Amino acid sequence: MANEVIFHSIHLPESWKLENYLKVGGYDALKKVLAEKMAPDAIIEQVKASVLRGRGGAGFPTGLKWSFMPKNYSGDKYLVCNSDEGEPGTFKDRDIIRLNPHQLIEGMIIGGYTLGAKAGYNYIHGEIWECYERFEAALDEARAAGLLGKNILGSGWDFDIHAHHGYGAYVCGEETALLESIEGKKGQPRFKPPFPASFGLYGKPTTINNTETLASIPYIVKHGGQKFLELGIPNNGGTKIFSVSGHVNNPGNFEIGMGTPFSELLKMAGGVKNGRKLKAVIPGGSSVPVVPGEIMMDLTMDYDSIAKAGSYLGAGSVIVMDDTVCMVKALERLSYFYFEESCGQCTPCREGTGWLYRVIHRIEHGLGKPEDLDLLESVAGNIMGRTICALGDAAAMPVQGMLKHYRNEFEYHIQHKKCMV
Amino acid sequence: MLSTESLKKIDREIAKYPAGQQQSAVMSALRIAQDEKGWLAPETIEFVAEYLGMAPIAAHEVATFYNMYNLQPVGKYKITVCTNLPCTLMGAESAVEHLKRKLGIGFGETTPDGKFTLKEGECFGSCGDGPVALVNNVRLCAKLTPDEADRILAGLE
Repeated sequence: MANEVIFHSIHLPESWKLENYLKVGGYDALKKVLAEKMAPDAIIEQVKASVLRGRGGAGFPTGLKWSFMPKNYSGDKYLVCNSDEGEPGTFKDRDIIRLNPHQLIEGMIIGGYTLGAKAGYNYIHGEIWECYERFEAALDEARAAGLLGKNILGSGWDFDIHAHHGYGAYVCGEETALLESIEGKKGQPRFKPPFPASFGLYGKPTTINNTETLASIPYIVKHGGQKFLELGIPNNGGTKIFSVSGHVNNPGNFEIGMGTPFSELLKMAGGVKNGRKLKAVIPGGSSVPVVPGEIMMDLTMDYDSIAKAGSYLGAGSVIVMDDTVCMVKALERLSYFYFEESCGQCTPCREGTGWLYRVIHRIEHGLGKPEDLDLLESVAGNIMGRTICALGDAAAMPVQGMLKHYRNEFEYHIQHKKCMV
Repeated sequence: MLSTESLKKIDREIAKYPAGQQQSAVMSALRIAQDEKGWLAPETIEFVAEYLGMAPIAAHEVATFYNMYNLQPVGKYKITVCTNLPCTLMGAESAVEHLKRKLGIGFGETTPDGKFTLKEGECFGSCGDGPVALVNNVRLCAKLTPDEADRILAGLE
């Protein structure tokens, strides 16, 4: 079941080259779409049937999102791929671009066709420069082969894709900040509504999808939505790439069916490092609440199961912590990140992330006060839901999760001015 | 102000965007300018703004918002180390301590010979290879143990 959809060819030498992608049936889905002149609505129906949900973290149904794009709009429309992957714990899109860029390009071209877009942009995280260069090289290969640009495969239809790089701003992973950034501005999220489907890039209707989402599209078109759905479980269609980091013997990306038990994923990642005991897992990237190890071992990796445990699957970014980890210190690292990356637009986030970091910092350094835990909960609660974008919630949720499950470690730290572990 | 070669690269970036939207190329243009000059002096930022037909303040906003731009001169090699949670769990602290001791500088500082600048970075989206460091914004170094850090430093002459 592993490596069925996106990573199917990554074991082959130079899997990123066009000639090698073509050898494994690459661009067959695009050829089918153009040869059969498939109706955009028919493609959207397949995507809906696949129950593909946005792989960037929010898990919004992709087919539904595609159906929001205005059909009879007479001006330009855009498709944007969000490869600005920079939340601690996430590193799947990097491997997709590095090892199978053409499947992403194929997915984007089919997306552009379905949505009636004039052009597509792929916004690539600034720190993974080699991926930016590889993606540009893949675009050149596709253009030279007539798969991209003017008159694609003789169909008379024009569509081009360009790479745009970030340069160090986590908030640009938020879709409207990303649009601002493509427009050449500082990346501050826009107030919504209007949503990008009506007012997106350059004020035009725009659909923004995650890299993994778009790279799943060729499989769905080729094999049908039902086949993709069956790779996962109901309401959680398909495979998912899980990025496992932290205290495991074999960190990396694993493409497996949705609904796979966490215990199996942990085994694939080589188990907990040095045979130590599993203490806790952050199952969906640094912004989601932590889950204690013993609860995690009973969960399956899908949106519904993780949500039942009070956390989120997010982008499938699994941070594993063994029993040597001090949760105060772990939270200090997380909170510093959000303090550093808040764009400063909304007061609760700009000021609140600083408060969270400074209070956790003083607890970690033996200067905490007994009332600090209530203060942390108050600050986190006052950020939640009071900001334009989700970065505020992303800063607050790790604090709430840690205090829910490991409050005793924080109390111990305040009382004894040192770690419990 | 910028070499013909840099301007040619900027023109290639401008061509990616619709007519009249050349401001979209500002992030690339600033990156290209920084690659040539080593850092972005205010007059460099203003030159880029003028080249793209945008207000100088708007280019300053971009240069100061994104943290990979160097707003001050840096060493020949800028080494940015990620210290976020996954990298910390995987050993970033010992790599950072080693680099600080060996270079005799802290984060945000440059060695007296102008060769190395050390910087603390935010997530590079490469946690599986943690701890990770980035040299001059382009070269990602994986699994940064103290020994690996020595090997990298030895290769940067």
